[in-house]
Amino acid sequence: MAFTTDEVLAGLAELITDETGISADEVALEKSFTDDLDIDSISMMTIVVNAEEKFGVTIPDDEVKNLKTVGDAVTFITSNQA
Amino acid sequence: MSTSRIVVTGIGASSPIGGTAPESWSALLDGASGARTLPHEWVEKYSLPVTFAAEALVRPDTILERPVAKRLDPASQFALVAAMEAWADAGSPEVESERLGVDFATGIGGVWTLLDAWDTLREKGPRRVMPMTVPMLMPNAAAGNLSLHFGARAFARTVASACASSTESIVNAVEHLRAGLADVVIAGGTESAIHPITMASFASMQALSKRNDDPAHASRPGSIDRDGFVMGEGAAALILETEEHARARGAKIYAAVVGGGVTADSYHITANDPEGHGAARAVTLALAMAGASPDDVTHINAHATSTPVGDPNEYQALKMIFGDRIDDIPVSATKASTGHLLGGTGALEAIFTILAIRDRQAPPTINLTTQDPEVPFRISGAPQDLGAGDQLAISNSFGFGGHNAVAAFTNI
Repeated sequence: MAFTTDEVLAGLAELITDETGISADEVALEKSFTDDLDIDSISMMTIVVNAEEKFGVTIPDDEVKNLKTVGDAVTFITSNQA
Repeated sequence: MSTSRIVVTGIGASSPIGGTAPESWSALLDGASGARTLPHEWVEKYSLPVTFAAEALVRPDTILERPVAKRLDPASQFALVAAMEAWADAGSPEVESERLGVDFATGIGGVWTLLDAWDTLREKGPRRVMPMTVPMLMPNAAAGNLSLHFGARAFARTVASACASSTESIVNAVEHLRAGLADVVIAGGTESAIHPITMASFASMQALSKRNDDPAHASRPGSIDRDGFVMGEGAAALILETEEHARARGAKIYAAVVGGGVTADSYHITANDPEGHGAARAVTLALAMAGASPDDVTHINAHATSTPVGDPNEYQALKMIFGDRIDDIPVSATKASTGHLLGGTGALEAIFTILAIRDRQAPPTINLTTQDPEVPFRISGAPQDLGAGDQLAISNSFGFGGHNAVAAFTNI
């Protein structure tokens, strides 16, 4: 079953809140992981690994550096679902 | 090398008998036991021969915020909770970052993180092994995280000497303060290793009590029918500083740490030297640093784990130093109540020793029924009065590897 953009955004917000304590309300498509949400590289990789399991996708290590914003991640996940 | 006295200005503990240092002390005086049947499915799943332990009374992840807790192995969580309590108790000292140090120990390190990650690797493959695994399992994780939390930049050091670890940390902190490397040090130790692997291993070496039907009475140092130690869990932290620094900021002072001794047996990797020479030398060194004689000692918190062999060895070691007077010195074997916190035990017992000096009473040693004539310490199931005079108390810790550490405290 494919996840919608809203579902992926909500799911990512949940993972981000769990990892960092940032309120889910602050997680929006245009937010930068580093500049806006202040997420460090280890937390980013933790979120990536958890997102892979949650959404059943593979996010290659080389792709992670291209995921600048939450929107980038949502787009990648929605367009790479099995 | 400064000759300044080193004083204790803050204490904190998360132990099997209390969520804080005062709660642990109060429960100890009341004769509480922290040993309970373990409620975990893994006890039955692996048919563990020992089904009980003294888990910490309050889980640290119920105190720390989740994003903080999930980046820390339970051992580091306990360390942070105990250190936060000690820091607040010391009045949150204002000290330059570069003059604040950390000497914090563990015996085993992040065993839960390591073995959970191993399970994940085997079940789900390498991609699911979390990036924080190594920084959580490393033995210096507690010291590093305390440095990070409190802004300690003088140093963050970890000693690992098994069950002697956190007494050795306190001795190291005293040496670092006397060497002028810091004005304030957060010292102590932590352990969270009640895991099927450690339980199986300690049981396999016949070190644990097998009194499965009666956990609360299983840890019985000095009793003729003792059959091993009880695994404990938790952390204890002390804020140590030079007396000048403490006085200048008007801090409350619990006691002075006037001596410390650390030696090695070079006898056997797990057994104590039966003649107790290494342990005795550690006491001698601690008293020498204190400028005191054995006759000055008014109270001893013994290592006394409740193993058949360890307790008489300690008695013999102390007899070498104190002669027949050892039978007159009020001794407490507080592992009877707390179980054995391994790397956290020395710091917890240091706190009990300091509070014994403050309250002028040696805490009770519960579960003493028939005392072993080979261990004729002056121990009692009730608190023992230490009298009104000056107090000099020592706390002993001995660890696998042949490590011996002794710290000496006085009232101030």
